[in-house]
Amino acid sequence: MDELLTLLEKDCRQTPQQLATMLGRTEQEITDEIARFEKEHIILGYPALVDWTKTDDEMVTALIEVRIAPQRGDGFDRIAERIYQYEEVESLYLMSGAYDLAVTITGKSLREVAEFVHARLAIIEGVTGTATHFILKKYKEKHHVFEKLPEQEERLLFV
Amino acid sequence: MMDYDQVLSPRVQAIAPSGIRKFFDLLENMDTDDAISLGVGEPDFVTPWHIRDAGVYALEKGFTKYTSNAGLADLRREIAKYLFRRFELQYDPMKQMIVTVGGSEGIDIAVRAIVSEGDEVIVPVPSFVCYGPIVQLAGGVPVYVETRAENEFRLTADELRAAITPRTKLLILPFPNNPTGAILERADLEALAEVLRDTNIMVLSDEIYAELTYGGHHVSIANIPDMYDRTLVVNGFSKAYAMTGWRLGYVCGPQPIIKQMLKIHQYAIMCAPTTSQYAAVEAMRDGDNDIAMMCRDYDYRRRFLLDKLRGAGLECFEPRGAFYMFPSIKSTGMTSADFCARFLTEEHVAAIPGNAFGPGGEGFVRMCYASSLANLAEAMERLERFLKRL
Repeated sequence: MDELLTLLEKDCRQTPQQLATMLGRTEQEITDEIARFEKEHIILGYPALVDWTKTDDEMVTALIEVRIAPQRGDGFDRIAERIYQYEEVESLYLMSGAYDLAVTITGKSLREVAEFVHARLAIIEGVTGTATHFILKKYKEKHHVFEKLPEQEERLLFV
Repeated sequence: MMDYDQVLSPRVQAIAPSGIRKFFDLLENMDTDDAISLGVGEPDFVTPWHIRDAGVYALEKGFTKYTSNAGLADLRREIAKYLFRRFELQYDPMKQMIVTVGGSEGIDIAVRAIVSEGDEVIVPVPSFVCYGPIVQLAGGVPVYVETRAENEFRLTADELRAAITPRTKLLILPFPNNPTGAILERADLEALAEVLRDTNIMVLSDEIYAELTYGGHHVSIANIPDMYDRTLVVNGFSKAYAMTGWRLGYVCGPQPIIKQMLKIHQYAIMCAPTTSQYAAVEAMRDGDNDIAMMCRDYDYRRRFLLDKLRGAGLECFEPRGAFYMFPSIKSTGMTSADFCARFLTEEHVAAIPGNAFGPGGEGFVRMCYASSLANLAEAMERLERFLKRL
């Protein structure tokens, strides 16, 4: 695993200077490498991981199983493209197993999500069936646990 | 041998090509891969997918024929609902509206329907480059009124009154304004209405940037008492929905005028592109969220760029609409054209000299902030470096 990428994936706010020190490289090397990662689309973005349930913003996320009929020449890609370009679609994966595409979408309400499924998703030519699962609670994402663990008593210990 | 000077209409030969285009061509011919263009007034967003998809669907279903001259009835009904929902404007979709090829066509046919030989048309400047030439092509005389930085580039009642003569036929009202970012608020419009009220002057209100108004809501002059009957409202899909390439706009106004304009549209254009019209129906029905999202994003960049320009030591009026900054470069002692040429060749950033937008633009440059934040940040770093070197 590329060490620089691993470090950035954990915390992208570390400065090039800090990263250089930790990896025993020069700051210029780190800056150049990050620029290359961005250019080659190895790093796609630097989003913050947010627990929206703790805010006043209402948000509903659903995982939608989509079954599709693959198309001649394009396989699944063309339909996938028609789905992921919607602003509402958060992620889209091609799956092995009982269904073909896993779509996650986020909306303001159950109704908004349901509306998206029946008015946008289900009517796409080639989509043969959908099953919508609403996410009730998130426990962990990208290695981060949503509930703050009970704090340990602070100790000052000399051993 | 053909003598083309004899062949060509003197009227066409007399008009100058757009000064914006010239800089764009310069940029394209530059041998560099780090050039940043803040030159072209175009959203950097791609048209939202659900709108594009509606266009694709129309093609798949074979909706490829002409629509009625004034545009799809469905689209006109949706536009009427939209105008009422967003701006409280009331127009009969079947009698008071024409769907046009961009806002530009709306401006052209409005001017051609109203202006005859020698008529004067008041054009506040700096403003979009098309008004003067379109008036000239119609045989009219553009009367430029310079708006001032100290008035936040608003057209004032006094300035308007001073420009009116017995030959004045039309006032063009391009707000929110390209290139200054100025807007007119209700009080400004009421003052202008006071001047117009007892005249026979028509107003062509170019509201293409209406949705891009920051910290307030756009007011149309058509909503000011007594102004509805003398106002033509031009709007379109390019800026609010990032649909520049679809070439779609519309013009609304009093039925007797729209009826005459429709004749020009019929003979010159036939109808706006069918695919675009189907996509636009979707935009009107389900696009309010897209507008809000893009407008918010432009607002972030607006604040960012204003802060950077002022930080770099340039005087800049805070734009309240559209997506342009119009900083003064008078402190550098250079002309707008020199400034832009040097900024482009030395730092590879394209901005447009203010004088391209008519008299009153000299001493300013236009920078479009419909570009990614990363691009804007880099451009501002280069600007700072450039200014220090001068």
